[in-house]
Amino acid sequence: MSEYRKSPRSPLPSVAPPKSRPMRVADGGRIDRTRRLSFTFDGVAMTGFEGDTLASALLANGVDLVGRSFKYHRRRGIFSNGPEEPNALVRLRVGARMEPNTRATMVPLYDGLVAESQNRWPTLAHDIQALNWLIAPWIPAGFYYKTFMGRAANTRLWMWFEKSIRRAAGMGTGTHEADPDDYDKMTAHCEVLVIGGGPSGLAAARAAAAGGGRVVLVDEREDFGGRLLMDRETIDGEEGAAWAARMRAELAALSNVRLLPRTTAFGYYDHNRIGCVERVSDHLIEPEPHRPRQRLWSIRAAEVVLATGAIEQPLAFADNDLPGVMLAGAVRAYANQYGVKVGERIVIATNNDDAYRTACDLDDAGAWVEAVVDMRPKGAEPTLRAAIKERGIDILHGWAPVKAQGTKRVRGLAILKIDETGKPVGNQRAASCDIVAISGGWQPTLHLFSQTGAKAVWDDAKACFLPGPPRQRERSAGACAGRFTLSECLEGGHAAGLDAAEKAGAARPTLAAPRAEVTPQNPPRAIWECPKPVNTPGKRFVDLQDDVAVSDIQLAHREGYVSVEHLKRYTTLGMGTDQGKTSNIAGFAVMAAARGVEIGRTGTTTFRPPYTPVALGALAGPEVGEHYAPLRRTPMDSWHAERGCTWIDAGLWRRPRTYPAHEGEGLFDAYIRETKAVRGSLGLCDVTTLGKIDIQGPDAAEFLNRLYINGWKTLPVGKARYGLMLREDGLVLDDGTTSRLGETHFLMTTTTANAVRIMAWIEYYLQVVWPDLRVKATSVTEQWAAMAIAGPKARECLATVVDRDLSNEAFPFMACGPCVIDKGVAGAEIPARLFRISFSGELAYELNVPADHGRAAWERLMAAGAPFDIVPYGMEALGNMRIEKGHVAGPELDGRTTAEDLGLGRMMSSKKDFIGAQLARRPDMTRPDRKQLVGLVPVDGKTRLGQGAQLVAADAPARAGSLAAGGAPVAMIGHVTSTGYSPELDHPIALGLVENGRARHEEVIAMRDPVRGRETKVRIVAPVFVDPEGERLHG
Amino acid sequence: MFRIECPWCGTRDMVEFTYVGDGTLTRPALGARTGHFEHVYLRANPKGTHVELWHHVAGCRQHVAVKRDTLTHEILATGGPGEVTAARDDVPKGAAKGETGGMA
Ligand SMILES: [Zn+2]
Repeated sequence: MSEYRKSPRSPLPSVAPPKSRPMRVADGGRIDRTRRLSFTFDGVAMTGFEGDTLASALLANGVDLVGRSFKYHRRRGIFSNGPEEPNALVRLRVGARMEPNTRATMVPLYDGLVAESQNRWPTLAHDIQALNWLIAPWIPAGFYYKTFMGRAANTRLWMWFEKSIRRAAGMGTGTHEADPDDYDKMTAHCEVLVIGGGPSGLAAARAAAAGGGRVVLVDEREDFGGRLLMDRETIDGEEGAAWAARMRAELAALSNVRLLPRTTAFGYYDHNRIGCVERVSDHLIEPEPHRPRQRLWSIRAAEVVLATGAIEQPLAFADNDLPGVMLAGAVRAYANQYGVKVGERIVIATNNDDAYRTACDLDDAGAWVEAVVDMRPKGAEPTLRAAIKERGIDILHGWAPVKAQGTKRVRGLAILKIDETGKPVGNQRAASCDIVAISGGWQPTLHLFSQTGAKAVWDDAKACFLPGPPRQRERSAGACAGRFTLSECLEGGHAAGLDAAEKAGAARPTLAAPRAEVTPQNPPRAIWECPKPVNTPGKRFVDLQDDVAVSDIQLAHREGYVSVEHLKRYTTLGMGTDQGKTSNIAGFAVMAAARGVEIGRTGTTTFRPPYTPVALGALAGPEVGEHYAPLRRTPMDSWHAERGCTWIDAGLWRRPRTYPAHEGEGLFDAYIRETKAVRGSLGLCDVTTLGKIDIQGPDAAEFLNRLYINGWKTLPVGKARYGLMLREDGLVLDDGTTSRLGETHFLMTTTTANAVRIMAWIEYYLQVVWPDLRVKATSVTEQWAAMAIAGPKARECLATVVDRDLSNEAFPFMACGPCVIDKGVAGAEIPARLFRISFSGELAYELNVPADHGRAAWERLMAAGAPFDIVPYGMEALGNMRIEKGHVAGPELDGRTTAEDLGLGRMMSSKKDFIGAQLARRPDMTRPDRKQLVGLVPVDGKTRLGQGAQLVAADAPARAGSLAAGGAPVAMIGHVTSTGYSPELDHPIALGLVENGRARHEEVIAMRDPVRGRETKVRIVAPVFVDPEGERLHG
Repeated sequence: MFRIECPWCGTRDMVEFTYVGDGTLTRPALGARTGHFEHVYLRANPKGTHVELWHHVAGCRQHVAVKRDTLTHEILATGGPGEVTAARDDVPKGAAKGETGGMA
């Protein structure tokens, strides 16, 4: 191999390790050199300037190694200067604010920043897993699946391997501490949303704002300007960056414009809703008081202008992942924006015109540009070529990069002449350099466009995907529409802004577009896969973050994965946190070449949100902790809290669970004491959360007849009835007591859990199915406070409070009607409704009072009950007593049980039709061996039964027989649904569902509860444990 | 997230609604012995125009028939239950206005 060498223009800089010297040039760049900022990287103290990113500061400090690759743990350096960065993922901040996988190229530098490299052990420079590289030929695409999932599948071996693989191929780790910062959410509406604040976006926002409508401009970087800040072009004679600053100021002064810098539009959703995340405080060491770290924006725009720019694509040649191989546009940006010369001797390899500008700018910045290696036989447009020649820089037409030389970083580039078909001709030559600036052309950033559901189309002339016809109300402008030159960006942005404003209803203003010099360009050459002569070692990486090389894609093709979607999943191409921003084009090109088709025919993958990673904290926003969901409190909530109850959640409600008599009284002791008190004398329970639906109208009884399985037309006014509803498929939906308050007026109650669902159910049937029924239904759950007063002393106590005759004759079981609390007592009267219904099985009444009187009525009853030692009782005692009585509740109404299963089949009226009647009669719904409701007691009289525990035959084997040997699993004949302890019987009790259970009373079966480590023999009994004749509630 | 034009409340965000189901179904009449299985279990899964029911739970609590392109999520028309036809043609938004009206 001969050395590529031209006669030196000036003393040639040596290729010394960059670490030994600062890389910041003496002046220039858009940084504030008066503001020096301190930061650390892997514990080493360094400094940078205001305006730096972490990446530019690291480069200025000569740091060339920033991370290890995902699979092979290869050394990687900073590759880009934007959101596409595949390599420089760092862990930012310490303690609870630690955040992994941040892109150093997008992290603004601040004083006190702490960053660490990731995916290396024990240190970045000496990473033991880099040995993976030595066995790399043995870790091809799909390796993990083939090796560990194939033969080893269904064995414990895979589980062991998986653990090690996941550790080896790990991303950065975060913290387990709670995030101390706040996150905010905002919603905005506008006529025109402009996404991207480069030249196109600024021109679009300016034009759209002139129409007078509301305009929002978002940009993911620290400031507006985009490539204007990274390049040295002029607009209307003004320096690009100055023009951008002036535009920003002019737009900020307009009342109809909202500017959102540091804001990434990450998702384009239906009906022009765009999700954005604003990094309010990420540029500070910690957020200022009362300011969030990030803010999630939901922006609904009438029209959208996508000005999202383009991402430069790399070239695939051997060892192109060495630190020092960088995107040409980034190399130029580091010089122009940050005053950082990333190397001393630079070779540029390109398939397009744009990289020539890097040659000019780096030459001006004082770097030695060794040569421009242009893969096109004719090279760039003449004025660009002339500018390069003027500087004495060589251009090699029709040459391609073949291999980056060096071990720890780039030391040179081997190149090769290629013919018209891309085949190598002649011998390799080498150029010494410490930076290889590569350009595979610019690919429009189509992520948001693609998320609208629209399709990208391949453009042969521009050698990139362009946006196809829009599916939502959006248009692309500038580089993201494949119009890459500044003049095209300004013109396109201006036109898009005017068009969007007009479509959103604004009048077209007279406004001239900003102008820049027209710069003609020669077309790029569609080659990304560079030749790899035999005996040239090294992988040609396509996806740097996921370590996917050309050979992996070719292997996938040989194995039949030809669809790009399959290719992606098999090789992990484009599956990293960068979502293939710098790997898709080369990857598709390699696949197209392998298939022998045009790249446009391989298609492109569908992009899905988010465009770049979004912190979960931002998505959660302020809805964390107590604010995660609203809390519903009953009118007596404050009384319960003052009484020191323990709580239990019931949907969004909180309900008293127990009222401990003294500190230290446990759950069991408390609910047993409460149960005994109710059954022995008197108790009071808050039952407000039960759903209450007021149903009125001439057809109300007919409507209930259709909803419930039992009949309602004969129910007299002043009486309540227990009802059961089925779903259309014949399974039980819900139950409750419904009372007839008047001829056309009913009050329905539902279970707490189903209150919302039943209300919607009723509305559906009234509005959609039977709109002819003259019925209105209203939820009144929160309008009425409800309390149950239960126990043998209930009548005696209540008689001192309400104005009704409570005798059995005047107010029998299931009676209902209005009453007044403390009638005639000035200032104390409370209107109420009284129901004689009982969930506990005791003599019991339920009192409903308007919600605002809830606490007063409750306290009145507690006072009236004092002579009877009244106790408040909570959900545990209530549930325990309903189990003692065999009443079904949520665990039994589990969406799989029929009325017959629950022993309520007799309720099904045969005289009328109702919802679910037909499908409830299907053969499988009436099979005699279905699981039926039973009572269960432990044979030993003491072992507690476990809710959800399995029920098996008494002589069932302890374990399933070997399945391989034809053994069968242990047959499950039922399960335990609800468990309690009956103080009256003095042993544990439970309800359960058992196959053919009603015919198996007194049979002994086994309970297996491996979750709680319990196992016992249980006896099947009738599901009523206390007062089976119901004498108490009728008493 | 869709924006749905409720005939009673105006255009609202999808978060105010819950999806109910296929709006082209007719429940078998009371007393009918057949049709229940089909009504409960059998659903078309059309690609393109479809009429579905949405319940404006955080608004007027009315059911709204929504004619939607299941492919593009474009909403072509809205109205009261039964007021929007399930014709499989693409009706431009403007032309469909006539289908939007109050419930009788
Ligand atoms: Zn509405």
